[in-house]
Amino acid sequence: MNSQKPITAGINAEGLRRDRIREKLTLFGLSVPALILVLVIIVVPVGWLFWLSLFNDEGALSLSNYTRMLDSKSYTRIFRTTFEVSFFTTLICVLIGYPLAYFLVQLPKRWAALGMVTVLLPFWTSLLVRTYAWLVVLQRKGLVNQWGMDLGWWDEPIRLVHNLNGTLIGMAHIMLPFLVLPLFGSMKAIDYDYMKAASNLGANPVKAFWYVFFPLSLPGLFAGMIVVFVLCLGFFITPAVLGGGKVIMVSMKIETLIDLFFNFGTASALGVVLLVLTLAVLFLAHKLLQLDRVLGGGQNT
Amino acid sequence: MTDTGSARALPIHIRSVTKTYGSIFALDNVDLDVRSGEFLTLLGPSGSGKTTLLMVLAGFTRPDYGSLKFGAQEIIRMPPHLREVGMVFQNYALFPHMNVADNIGFPLKLRGVAKDQIAQRVEDALATVQLDGYGDRQITQLSGGQKQRVALARAIVFEPQILLMDEPLSALDKKLREHMQIELRHLHEKLGMTTVYVTHDQREALTMSDRVAVINYGKLIQLDEPRRIYDQPTNSFVANFIGESTLVPVERRDGKACYNGTPLEITDPEMAKGDLLMLRPERLIILNPETGSSSASYNCFKGRVDEIVYQGESFITWVTLNDGTKITVRSISQQQTLSAVPDRGCEIMLGLHPDETVLIASDGDNT
Repeated sequence: MNSQKPITAGINAEGLRRDRIREKLTLFGLSVPALILVLVIIVVPVGWLFWLSLFNDEGALSLSNYTRMLDSKSYTRIFRTTFEVSFFTTLICVLIGYPLAYFLVQLPKRWAALGMVTVLLPFWTSLLVRTYAWLVVLQRKGLVNQWGMDLGWWDEPIRLVHNLNGTLIGMAHIMLPFLVLPLFGSMKAIDYDYMKAASNLGANPVKAFWYVFFPLSLPGLFAGMIVVFVLCLGFFITPAVLGGGKVIMVSMKIETLIDLFFNFGTASALGVVLLVLTLAVLFLAHKLLQLDRVLGGGQNT
Repeated sequence: MTDTGSARALPIHIRSVTKTYGSIFALDNVDLDVRSGEFLTLLGPSGSGKTTLLMVLAGFTRPDYGSLKFGAQEIIRMPPHLREVGMVFQNYALFPHMNVADNIGFPLKLRGVAKDQIAQRVEDALATVQLDGYGDRQITQLSGGQKQRVALARAIVFEPQILLMDEPLSALDKKLREHMQIELRHLHEKLGMTTVYVTHDQREALTMSDRVAVINYGKLIQLDEPRRIYDQPTNSFVANFIGESTLVPVERRDGKACYNGTPLEITDPEMAKGDLLMLRPERLIILNPETGSSSASYNCFKGRVDEIVYQGESFITWVTLNDGTKITVRSISQQQTLSAVPDRGCEIMLGLHPDETVLIASDGDNT
């Protein structure tokens, strides 16, 4: 398509052109408050953070905060832990969330709505309350260990909390709705006729699921996985409480650096690196999703 | 895959198949035999049960009771993926995450056909529906008519002996639909599989079918060849649903049917048994009052012209008969009829040939 110059001559052309511009400006005006908000609470602080990360302990301009991260093993371990925890939390959420979403989609409308409410119910309780509730349930003399031993399933209390187990259990619980919501939407959009067609063409229920339903549900699954993974990367309260100091994620290290050592430079550098890594994950995911969109070609027939 | 081996088409035997939803009969003791290789259309208004019957054939709807045989084999309890019937869905149900070739190759892949053979058979199927070279296209890149062809290719590629079609042309525009009707008809002649076709479009049913099964309220109302369905409907529902018609009551005088006191000449004694006279707009002709002699061989009805509408290929005359019944007459636009178009308000004489005079039983549905 050749870009053609807009026609300026003709009856009312000038007035119509002005109307068009005014309409665009009005629409832009609607987004101004949000733009200012984003500028003030995101762009400015992040810029400041980046600025702070460029000063060493003596207050001189240097890249030492970043070079130290590359040299010190403890930092690489923290980043590895962060990604591992995020990865396993996402995996657990997928393993629990996919069957759950699939089950909810099969239900009649009213029951599905009720099921969704129960999935979303935890959102109405404070994060902190839920995390401490897990502590009560999972600790040495908590409900799980008490019942397990009363029933004779195990003799010694199992270490379910203050370690990776507890962190993963708590985080998976909190993250689950973020996976189920987009996945449920995506599954709901799959026309049931596709399953009928697969079955008619000779696919038994298992094959119909793998060849047809599962690929069509992938966009929703990926969307949910990305949300969960990215949220996990910066998670603080749950790993701090349930990890018992043994699972140290980036956010917790930042807290210690500032709270204990008042080291804004290193803390800022950590924050910047985490931000960059998160953006990299989002970029990769975006690539993946786009690939998927090409393969999927949309769901409207 | 089926035990009849060489036969290209299996007959279908449906016996007392019944499906209820609550207190509503979607299918009410349906008995129907589809002959081997036949193109049979299930025709009925929406909610008549025609689609339910097709879904029973495909295995997606489980009836309350009844027997369904493909050939000699009872299949009423067989799950859909073992039935080996091809099906074209109303919305085509082409898998959006596969391209054209993968869609068509899907049933072959499930049957463990070798890869190179799949490619060959997919190409053959594409050629059959005149879409050579479209294998690499994505489904979203296809027009409605092309999707329809791909769906058809996918349904026939594994050479099923029975093909089911659920209003496959309803999403296409009129011109393309009429074209596809003929094409499907030819394809059926070529492939020869037993075909059950569902439509609510009576013209489509008449155009395509060997036989038409008219269905309403979950019951089989009439099963006949298209011509007989139209010309000799067995009851008032069929007469009204297929084509236009006005049904007027006749009285009996000395065993002879009379309308407005005039005895009716009816060629076929079989057609003289009912008590409603079927008046179809295109079967009535306007008799020229000047040449009164031509009325002799017709059953004649007097009336007054209310209105005349010119519709291009034909014109419609609204007439009130002497007993107050309002009917329409459709005349082909040609020099002869156009020169004698009556004026509004004038008296005219309508003629109905004894060969086309049909009485219909008034029992059954009166809508």
